[in-house]
Formats: sequence, structure tokens, C-alpha cells
Amino acid sequence: MPLRILVGCKRAIDYAVKVRNHFISETKFNLNNAKIQVKSDFSGVVTEGVKHALNPFDEIAMEEAVRLKEKKLASEVIAVSCGPAQSQDVLRTALALGADKAVHVEVPGKEYETLQPIHVSKILAKLAEQEKVDLIILGKQAIDDDCNQTGQMTAAVLNWPQATFASKLQITDGDKEATCEREIDGGLETIKIKLPAVITADLRLNTPRYATLPNIMKAKKKPLKKISPKDLGVDISPRQEIVRVAEPPKRQGGGKVSSSEELTERIKKLGVV
Amino acid sequence: NSKNLSQTWKKMSKILTNCLIASQKPGQVLNIASNLALVRYASTGTPKSAQAQAKVSSEKKPSEKPAESPSFAMNLFRGQMRLDEIFPYPSSLNEEQRDILQSLVDPTAKFFEEKNDSLKNDKLETVPDDIMQGLKDLGAFGLQTPVEHNGLGLNNTQYARLVEIVGSHDLGIGIVLGAHQSIGFKGILLFGNPEQKAKYLPKLATGENVAAFALTEPASGSDAASIKTRAVPSADGKHWTLNGSKIWISNGGFAEVFTVFAKTPVKDEKTGEVKDKVTAFIVERKFGGVKNGPPEKKMGIKCSNTAEVYFEDVKIPAENVLGGIGNGFKVAMNILNAGRFGMAAALSGTMKFSIAKAVEHATNRNQFGKQIIHYGTIQEKLARMAMLQYATESMAYMVSANMDKGSLEFQIEAAISKVFASESAWAVTDEAVQVLGGMGFMRDAGLERVLRDIRIFRIFEGTNDILRLFIALQGMNYAGKHLKELQKKVQSFDLGTILTEGKKRIGRQIGMQNIPSLTEHVPTQLSNSAGLASKAVVDFGQTVESVLVKYGKRVTEEQFVVNRIAQSTIDIFGMFVVLSRAARSINTNSPSGDHEAALANLFCYEASKRLEQNLRDALDGKFVESTKMMSKIAKDLSQNGHTVPAHPLGF
Repeated sequence: MPLRILVGCKRAIDYAVKVRNHFISETKFNLNNAKIQVKSDFSGVVTEGVKHALNPFDEIAMEEAVRLKEKKLASEVIAVSCGPAQSQDVLRTALALGADKAVHVEVPGKEYETLQPIHVSKILAKLAEQEKVDLIILGKQAIDDDCNQTGQMTAAVLNWPQATFASKLQITDGDKEATCEREIDGGLETIKIKLPAVITADLRLNTPRYATLPNIMKAKKKPLKKISPKDLGVDISPRQEIVRVAEPPKRQGGGKVSSSEELTERIKKLGVV
Repeated sequence: NSKNLSQTWKKMSKILTNCLIASQKPGQVLNIASNLALVRYASTGTPKSAQAQAKVSSEKKPSEKPAESPSFAMNLFRGQMRLDEIFPYPSSLNEEQRDILQSLVDPTAKFFEEKNDSLKNDKLETVPDDIMQGLKDLGAFGLQTPVEHNGLGLNNTQYARLVEIVGSHDLGIGIVLGAHQSIGFKGILLFGNPEQKAKYLPKLATGENVAAFALTEPASGSDAASIKTRAVPSADGKHWTLNGSKIWISNGGFAEVFTVFAKTPVKDEKTGEVKDKVTAFIVERKFGGVKNGPPEKKMGIKCSNTAEVYFEDVKIPAENVLGGIGNGFKVAMNILNAGRFGMAAALSGTMKFSIAKAVEHATNRNQFGKQIIHYGTIQEKLARMAMLQYATESMAYMVSANMDKGSLEFQIEAAISKVFASESAWAVTDEAVQVLGGMGFMRDAGLERVLRDIRIFRIFEGTNDILRLFIALQGMNYAGKHLKELQKKVQSFDLGTILTEGKKRIGRQIGMQNIPSLTEHVPTQLSNSAGLASKAVVDFGQTVESVLVKYGKRVTEEQFVVNRIAQSTIDIFGMFVVLSRAARSINTNSPSGDHEAALANLFCYEASKRLEQNLRDALDGKFVESTKMMSKIAKDLSQNGHTVPAHPLGF
């Protein structure tokens, strides 16, 4: 039986967006050239007018799912995104890359600020059950919060096996097992897990394709369903309070010393030793 | 009282007589054999009208009233400010088209940012196979081809937006794509019959077949009507045999489908006389007899293949005639006309890139204790660069929007946008190199390649020199026709017209002109510039009329004067375009409204100064003297073969 795959697609700030150059003062030109900067009330990072895109690791996850479909090992790929209205952009991208249908779990702006992997994992788990999914492929982490939790939590909620930081994926034994090579601190680890399971994609799993313009136009005709977390019975009330978001402190210049004695003295003065 | 009246009438009739003289002569301009090619340029219609003309004989009835043109540029030549196509700044995308375009922009940009390597393409002097295939897969080879023929069916404005992205990354690739779809098989889109479209478009849109536009020959560049490649019909009329050679054909090295222009014997229905006229053909490489030379080594756009193409006894099936026998010249001119806005769009993207590089450097480079952006010299450079990019971009999207809205007469505006874009892009990138100093000269900074790539844009697709003459002569032709109409009305004692026109001209002579007002169209920030612009229309119209009175039919030979008129047309169009765009931004509370007002006001200020000079020169005896000096100098050079003055050292 070919697999039904669910792929998580997060809309995050584009990896290429630069941090604000501090020479140029506050600009009011709210064009897509906006750079990353902390909000003036230190409650977060400015996202309005900043270029967003599909999270790069989710692109890799999407690519893996589409490849499985092309190998006839999967029958349907469903793309999911949790977020405000603009999240539909990345779902359109996912559809253009090869997803068959998309689900937008709408979480409006204010609530989205406090949406965490703990909530998302429950949403994905519920959807996976509803859609009778055999495999969930997620990016290992999102490049905006770097949480690296959603995959692991989703597997726990569903009580499914997990293979995180996957750099190679093979479906074996019909469709009942998967062999995964994982990137771990010590090197590479290969594990075998039973399906259904959760995989999180690491950088070297594959090189994602480019969405072609004809496919982007065709994607407009593919189904995109909009639901709310309530429809899935998931409570997204905040579990955290953001106290303060600030830039890392400016790097202070170093200094040169002429001898190891001077070095020792200076270190002592800093109170480090 | 009657004395006053007769004096007034004497004055009016004197002025009107001048009009009569002026109106007669331009009418004869069309009959001069010597400048026929230029004039043919000037009398060419536009795509839709050309399609109509292709079916109907081009015989013009002498009693036909001159058509009113909605074109802003055309009406400038009559001293009239026709704003339908200019204010408000036109937009031609509906909600759905806008939505589609937005979804295409980022993926296109992504391909060029991540996959394409423009420096590598320049070094290799070719487009690597994987990039070529990537572009085909992306859908970049059939952007404007209808969806039913495997294309994306984009309109001109959508196409312009995507081409802008290509232009900001890799002009070489821009030419590969442009030579293929903007001119290579555009003829099939514009003039093809349903059978030709169904046969050729599907494979062209996917890039399975690549197309090329084959017009230029070793002895026929600007003088396109003089081509020597010939096609003769077979006795049974079922095919043509093509012989000749073409040079500098982009994609010539690997194109499968060529739009070829050749002289064909055409029998005049009425006189029975057989004359050679240009006919356009769809020629496939697989017809046999098609060969190409090695890739030309060029200054820029190196990754684009440019080659000579030879046709030796190529058999073309009769059904491959494109646009009708004998209509080739019109087909060619219409194809080039239809593609010009694309160049302006691409180059506005290129300029954005150059300006970003210059600004990045100016804000980081520290000399004499400050970032160099604090110095006036650098500020002037950057401001001018921004102003030229703004005007180019505004022209590109105005022309594309008007084309999308069905405008039939945009050839002057399109030509202006090509000339302005190519010269601005060169100036902008050159200055960007200057801002970067020594770094600008180094390959890795990425600017010198862009500068080399840009140079050709002033040359191909109609040299800027020819286009300037075209702009001015087309306009003066239109003005002349209307003066002729005026002449008829005077001769038939149409008192209403006589009084109106007489009053207008007397008004001019005594300095009390009726300057049309632009103020209700622009916000107060732009009022002064709007005043300059509307005055320019009146001054320009007056100068054109006076030039026609002074030179009559000889004006086609007075290129020095014609070029001043042309430059003035470009400047006035520029003024109106930036005012229109800035007005829209301010009226819609765009955050960049103030900045755009500054750009628009700066442009209008500088343009009005140039206009004053150019319009004065067009009628100034001193200028004529200087041009006589230029002609003498040129003549001496031609006799000497090189510079003439004896060396200061005597040897």
C-alpha cells in the first residue's frame, strides 16, 4: 500500500534577509528590502514587510515526500501550515513543488506570536490521525526560532517511532519499515524504524527542486483547506510569556599583549581566573 | 475698427500662410525616394493595425482625413497635451493577474540568485547545459505564449516584471531568452495563422526548440530594407527556395526555428510590375541547407550565442510564409516594436543592481574620516543614478500597461523607452563603477561584467541613432498631416478654424500662450514641475512647426536638427512619465511618496534646462554654423583616413 505523507511547512523569514546595517537610520520605506531588526518595544523581531519563505528544512522535507511519490512509494502528499493568512503563500509553494493538497490551520497574528511546538505537535498529530497518514516528514527545525522540538513532540503525542536529523531515508519491507541514516554529534547513525513514523529532515537529506512557473500556476487549482485549531480540538493558549527580545551585545574589540605574564595579569584583572 | 480688423486679418493670414507652407512640405516628405527607408520606418503601423494592413492594400486615398492618435508622444508634435494614456499612471493587471504575477516573482528570482552564476557564464562564454535545462523547466522559454500552447500566457506587464528580474541578474541569459521569444518567434504570435501557431508554439514554449530572429546581413544593418537574402517561389507555388547569409544572429548556433526575412519577387496587381519586397518566413533548421558559423567573440553578453547563419537552397513550404507575401518589413518592424518595452524593463532591473552595489560601497567605504556617501560628489552621482532608474522603470511599466490595454499607437513611446533605458543603464553602471573606485574595475566586484553586457543595448534592436530619427520623423510626419488638414480648412474658408488657429499663433507671437494646465492631475509637491512640463509641450509644438516651416521637405536630411527634436521628445515624455508615477504614489500615500517627488522634481528641473537648449538650437543660426563645422571636420577626416591636425611637435 503506498504511503500517505504529511509534510509540515512553516512560513519563516527568508534565510537571505540581512540584519539591519546600523549606519543607516530608521527607514520608513516598508518595501520588501526590509532587514531584520528587533521591535522598538523589545517584544520580538519585526516581521511586517520582511521577506518570508518556506522554511528551508521544510523544503527538504517536501522534496523527500515528492520523491517518494515519484518512486510510487507514496500515493498522496499533504502539506500543512499553522499560522496567519500569509501562511497560504508557503502552501502554494508546497503545492507547486508537488503536494497534492494543502491544509491551512489558521492562527491569527496575536495568537501566532505565542504558538509553540507544543501546540503545533498536537495539531499535526490530530491531522495525521484524521488524514490516516503513514509518514510525517518535518524540517528538523525552523530557522526563525531554531526550536528543534516539533518533530520529537509530534512523535510522542502519537506514540510513533521517530528518526530525527535524517540524512538518508529508505522505505523497506513493503511499506512497513524505514531505514534512516541520522546525523548525530558523533557522526552518522543508521536506525530502522517501523511505520507509521515521524522523520525530521536534515540539510543533506536531498537538494530541493525549484518550483517551475507552470507548476506554480497549476498549483492554484489544487485544493487548499482552511481550518482552525479549535476544529481539531487543540488548545493553543500560550504556555510562555516573552519577556524580552534583544540583539546580542556588540562585540567588543580585543587587545594585544606582549608577553604571557601580561596576559595572565590581564585575565586576572577581568576576574575570569 | 475696420482698420484694426483688416490689420489683424493681415497678421493672421501671414501666420496662416506660413502654416500652409509648412503643411504642404511635410506632405511631400513621404514621396522622397532618397530617405525612403527612414520614412518607411516612420510610416509603419503597429501590431494590430499591421495585421489589418497585411490583409488590405497599403494604397492611401488622397482625400482621407488624418487619424487622431491617442498617443501622448504623437500629439506633442502638434503642441497638444493628450493625457489619456499618461494620467493617471496606467495599470493593466486585474486581481487575478496580479496574484499570479506575485506568485511567480520569488521563484524566478530564486533560480537566478541560487542556481545561475552570471560570472561563470561570462567566463565560459556559454550557458551551461544544466542552467539551460533549468530555465526550460522553469517555464522561462514561453512566458507570453498562450497556455493552450504550453506557455504561461503572461501579458506584457507580467512579462516585464519577470524580465526585470532576469535583467538584474544576468543580461546574457536575458538575451538568450529575449532572442528566442521576444523576437525569435514573436512573429508567429503576432502574425501566425492558427495552423502555424499550433504547429510551432508548443515546442517553442517549452524550449524543446529554440528560436532566432534573422534579419541583419553584412551589408544591411540599420538599412534593413536593403537586405539581399532572396527567396524565389517554385513553379507550382508549393515552396520557396531561400539563399543568403545573415550575421549576428542571437541563438544562431543552436536555434531550430528561424524567423527569416528575405527579398521575394512580388507582382503588383494593378501595374503587373514585378518588384522585390521583403517577406518573412518560418524556417526550420531541419529543412536542410541551414548552417551556422562559430560563436562570435563579444565585449559582453558573452554567454549568449551570436553566430552567422547561412541559407543554401533551403526549401521552405509555402505555408511557412509569415504575415503575407511582401509584408516582411512591416512584420520585422512590428516585432521589434512589440519587444522594446521588455528591454526597458530588463534594464531598470539591471540599474537597481548597479545602484545597490554603489550604495553598499558608499555607505561602507571610509575615506578622509567619513563614509564617502557624505560627500556631495558621491551624492550627485547616486541621486542621478536613482533618478534615471526611476524614469526608466516608470516608462517601461507605462508602455507595457498601455500595450496591455490595447493601445494601437505606442511605437514612439516604445522607441523612447528603449533609447532612454539603454543610455541610462550605461551611464548608471559606469558611475557605479566610478563610485566603487578601483574595486569597480575588478571582475569579482561584478560590475564590469554588467557594464560590458549593457553596451550592446544602445546598438541592437534598432540603434539609438536610428530610433532618435524615427521618433522625430514619425512625430513630424503626424504633425505635418494635421497641418495639411488645417491648410484645407483655411482654403475652404472654415472661419471657425481660421479664428481659433490664428488666435493661437498670434498669442504665441505676442507671448500670451494658452498653456494647458496639468495642476489638477498632480499634488502640490509636483506643481512647479507640472508647470515646466506643460510649458514644454507648447514650446516643443511651436519649435516643431517652425522647423517644418523653415526646412520643409528637407528636414529629413537635417539630422543635426532632427536629433535636437528627438532628444526633446525623450525629455518631455520623461517629465510626464515621472510626474504621473510620483503623483500616483503621493495620492495613494505610498511611504516612498516624498522620495519619488524628489526624483520627479529633479528630473523635470534638469530636463527643462536641456529642453531650453535643444529647442533653441533647433532654430538657431549659430547652431547651424556649428553643425557646418562638424560636417567639415567629418569630411576632412574621411579624406585623411585619420585625425587631421599636424602633430604639435611637427612630426
